[in-house]
Amino acid sequence: MRIKLERRPSPSRTMLVVTPIASVIVTMLIGMVVFDLMGIDGTRAVKDIFLTPLLLSYKWQDVALKAAPLIIIALGLSVGNRAQVWNIGAEGQYIVGALAAAGIGIAAGTAGGFFVILAMVLAGILFGALYALIPAVLKTRWDVNEILSSLMLTYVSYQILGFLVGGPWKDPNGRNFPATAPLAENQSLPLLFSGSTVHLGVLIALILPFVFWVMMSRSVFGYQVRVVGSAPQAARHGGFDAKQTVWIAMLIGGGMAGLAGALEFTGALKAINLGFPSGYGFTAIIVAFLGRLHPIGCLIAGIVLAVTYVGGQVAQTSVHIPNSTAGIFQAMMLFFILASDILIRYRLRIVTAAKPVVAGE
Amino acid sequence: MTPSPSPADQPRLELVGITKRFPGVLANDQVSFTVRPGEIHALLGENGAGKSTLVKMIYGIQQPDAGEIRWNGARMVIPSPKAARKLGIGMVFQHFSLFEAMTVLENIALGMDASIPARDLEQKILSVMDQYGLKLEPHRIVSTLSVGERQRIEIVRALLLNPNLLIMDEPTSVLTPQEVEQLFVVLRKLASEGCSILYISHKLHEIKALCDTATILRGGKLVATCNPAAETSRSMAEMMIGGSLKDIQRGAGREMGAAKLVVHDLCVPKDGPFGTALKGINFSVRAGEIFGIAGVAGNGQNALLLALSGEVTAQSDAVQVDGAKIGATSAKARRLGGMASVPEERNGHAAVPEFTLSENAVLTARDRLGMVSNGMINFGSAKTYAGEVIRAFSVKATGPGAFAESLSGGNLQKFIMGREIMQKPQVLVVSQPTWGVDAGAAGAIHQALVDLAATGSAIVVISQDLDELLSLCDTLAVINEGHLSPPMPVAGANIEEIGLLMGGVHGDPTADVHVSKEVADAY
Amino acid sequence: MSLDFIIAAIITVVGLTTPILLAGLGELVVEKAGVLNLGVEGMMLIGAISGFGVTVMTFNPWLGVLGAAAGGALSALLFGVLVLSLNSNQVATGLALSIFGTGLSSLIGLSFVGRIAAPFGSIFPASLAKHPILQVFFGYSPLVYFALIMVPLVAWFLKSTRAGLILRAVGENDHSAHSIGYNVIGVRYAAIAFGGAMAGIGGAYFSMVITPMWAEKMTAGRGWIALALVVFAGWRTGRLLAGAYFFGILMALELYAKASGFSFLPSQFWAAMPYLMTVVALTFISSRGNVGASAPACLGKPFLP
Repeated sequence: MRIKLERRPSPSRTMLVVTPIASVIVTMLIGMVVFDLMGIDGTRAVKDIFLTPLLLSYKWQDVALKAAPLIIIALGLSVGNRAQVWNIGAEGQYIVGALAAAGIGIAAGTAGGFFVILAMVLAGILFGALYALIPAVLKTRWDVNEILSSLMLTYVSYQILGFLVGGPWKDPNGRNFPATAPLAENQSLPLLFSGSTVHLGVLIALILPFVFWVMMSRSVFGYQVRVVGSAPQAARHGGFDAKQTVWIAMLIGGGMAGLAGALEFTGALKAINLGFPSGYGFTAIIVAFLGRLHPIGCLIAGIVLAVTYVGGQVAQTSVHIPNSTAGIFQAMMLFFILASDILIRYRLRIVTAAKPVVAGE
Repeated sequence: MTPSPSPADQPRLELVGITKRFPGVLANDQVSFTVRPGEIHALLGENGAGKSTLVKMIYGIQQPDAGEIRWNGARMVIPSPKAARKLGIGMVFQHFSLFEAMTVLENIALGMDASIPARDLEQKILSVMDQYGLKLEPHRIVSTLSVGERQRIEIVRALLLNPNLLIMDEPTSVLTPQEVEQLFVVLRKLASEGCSILYISHKLHEIKALCDTATILRGGKLVATCNPAAETSRSMAEMMIGGSLKDIQRGAGREMGAAKLVVHDLCVPKDGPFGTALKGINFSVRAGEIFGIAGVAGNGQNALLLALSGEVTAQSDAVQVDGAKIGATSAKARRLGGMASVPEERNGHAAVPEFTLSENAVLTARDRLGMVSNGMINFGSAKTYAGEVIRAFSVKATGPGAFAESLSGGNLQKFIMGREIMQKPQVLVVSQPTWGVDAGAAGAIHQALVDLAATGSAIVVISQDLDELLSLCDTLAVINEGHLSPPMPVAGANIEEIGLLMGGVHGDPTADVHVSKEVADAY
Repeated sequence: MSLDFIIAAIITVVGLTTPILLAGLGELVVEKAGVLNLGVEGMMLIGAISGFGVTVMTFNPWLGVLGAAAGGALSALLFGVLVLSLNSNQVATGLALSIFGTGLSSLIGLSFVGRIAAPFGSIFPASLAKHPILQVFFGYSPLVYFALIMVPLVAWFLKSTRAGLILRAVGENDHSAHSIGYNVIGVRYAAIAFGGAMAGIGGAYFSMVITPMWAEKMTAGRGWIALALVVFAGWRTGRLLAGAYFFGILMALELYAKASGFSFLPSQFWAAMPYLMTVVALTFISSRGNVGASAPACLGKPFLP
């Protein structure tokens, strides 16, 4: 008996939707078993990581705050990935975006209000996009692999952040701790509900997926991105410029990451210190794949991943598992989603016919 | 070549009731025939008739679902190509199994099952080449060789194994008539030494010239086994296609108009290490004319198509349509200007396999047919247009929502041709319009091209299939190493001259350039 | 510049070069077989923790190296199952392996924080290994010599052995190799496992030689530099060695600049230097326009027979 792959006449839309859900469920089941083997109450741990944040209403705002940057970054990355442009430096663009917002805030001094906040957010988008433009230019001009260059620039961005918050932008009243001064109220993003921590960025993260949905499915640009990604020669034949597509895809990816950084800074954290890089830029890669590179998929997957972040903290206190566990769960989900990709185009068939006696050898 | 002794009446290879099924296709249905020692046995059939599947089973790449293979009288299961080679079965593939970036020697070593020290191998190669008059330099990198030379590597690779059966899969599809002639000499010599040859082709004249027996396949079934010398090309073609041949209908008294497409001193540098540069191409096509470009694969056909479609740009006056200089404009602008094109590769170039037919209609028809407004695509009108193409060209598909990859090659080609023709282009450039397409679809495509020309469009057909060009075109030119020969009218064209032009500097200068009468007559 | 300083500098450079040389050699073989494994960073971290863990538990660094190789190879095989047997996207799967390796090594590493691994003894007598001048030849960890021996060994394997020829053939044209009768998937599994083992040993160099302690994410992006190194080297072993030393010198500059307190430039500048220079070096190599031609033709492409 063996398993045989059989190509489907056309890709299965059912599998496209079912496999991400199955990946999450399989990850949960494996998690239970592994934790039990490690001597931890597996059912409890998995419940705390995947369900508790949804069941306890006071955890919802935490989930929303974590989900917002993940969704926004993933939206941008999924555009690039569809065009086969692999920007894995979103973390760096996220950092640069936040730094740009902080720079505007510092330059504005005590001034604040709508236009200053708008300028801060726009600066975040602009600088995130510009930072992503470096790998885009290198790729289109000299064919430099964008995976490596965008990642290297993330390591560089850590140092830029370290330099700025430890030097020129250091809070003079901060007891020499390397961090910017906390934002004043008039430079912070407005809250959606007073008394909560849910800021305007969350609303933006809820609206953007629908904007991207229309853009990717209806516009010529969305069509261009999909053609360039699936069949670059056909794109050329259809009159689409591959270089231009790389540029725009990278700019969107970087702009969204920069936006997420600016929103996180102005809405949630209010100050930048050495702990600002949180790995959202990398986790968003998982979000994009779990969401099947579809904008609405990214919205849902962003929430799922945010749940595991919040749930990971819950489980940390309830069953004393380390924080890094959430990361392993996230990577496992990505593995399963990638492993199940094959089911979209192929059918698994179990062949039971006995093999004839081999006489040829 | 020392065939194992066997009684003269003992067939070397015997297939009994071979059946092979793929999802949705019965590739081989109860096929039985025998090959004697020293026999050159043709396996004749259209694309998709099941020839390749059948020989893949003989060579151990695939396994039959039913039936048996007998080798020198004994029943065999051949689980792998390695086992096949051990039995003495060699194969030369249609799409060569060569490694571009490696040397001739390394390529041949990879085809050997035992590890032989490089120096001994080189000696063996030289002696085999000497014996059969095959010329090759062992230390050349394959990517620098011509197609004919590459095929010689495959042949030497197979001969080094002292085969008792050599399978040749469409060996001449990429060769010049002169190279074909050289190949036949080698094959005849091999057969005279007792090696059986299974020769797969759909070229009737070659089979008449070379083979002792022909087995004809159609739709996976064996339809006849015959002596090609006793048949006419037409009778074999009818057995192969299963019905009487239909000729292309041309409107009577066609008049050519003024020059519509003018290509003037078109130069394009070569694209990448394996590309071909275009060197000063000149020709013009009149309204209503079908202009054919013949040539062996890899002589700049691809570059020419790209330069005409606008995927690669050149100097402004290099391409002119109705006097407008469009050589430097983009593919999009050329389409809007009435120039359409169909590249040879369907999957991934002319169409996106994982897109639906509607979405594929958007690819080239969006601007000309107004499917875009304010940067947004009107998928409704794309769907309507795709539906019209499907109906007008009898494309077998579940509808505009069918994925391109779910269509057979012929049906996808009909869709692509339809997508361009129904935009009523002033100029249409097509490359290999009927490659890998069954005869029915090929006929429909040819008819559509003739009908489009009759409406006053200028058409350029780039093809490696000389028969196709001779039957379809009004004028013909030959491309070789990026140079285009002066055009000549098809009526009264000299096949030997065309062959020499196709060979160009590619042909081995020391080789006999004469095309034997039988090959020339067959055209 | 005193002789002592030069000797110390050479020893620093050799130490910094060794892990990227090991990982780069492994990845070179993987890529020659036509597979792009972007999970080097993850495999290095898994190698670092498994080597460290085994050493702490057995008090034997040699077993630790075996553990690191096994850990790296096993995690690489996970990647192999996905991309070879399940035909998943190589770029995405490699990224997943990097994320997974980072997380898994942190989790395993928790129980090893604060422990110290037994160091390697020198393989040469102390009179040579500790000699003020001769230590520049004899004073290194055995892993350094292992890496240096592996360079000609890998070069010889790829160029002169039949197995190496087959491996290159598989990376050059998988369908041809398959139709001749080679086991493309099998060759690629073997290459991936080798690449994982080498990355694992490279990672173990951090936790067992550079600092005999475990710290999260201690490879600090060197896995990515190793990947860049393979491109930089144009898939050639000799150039890989040269490139690894080029990066080693850059990283040593960072250390010396920090130590000597060059105050005219912030320390972050020097810390960013190796990464910036990687981008510059890649640009330089790519702009010469021969990268595409020297890359294995099937690199990163999925294969289904």
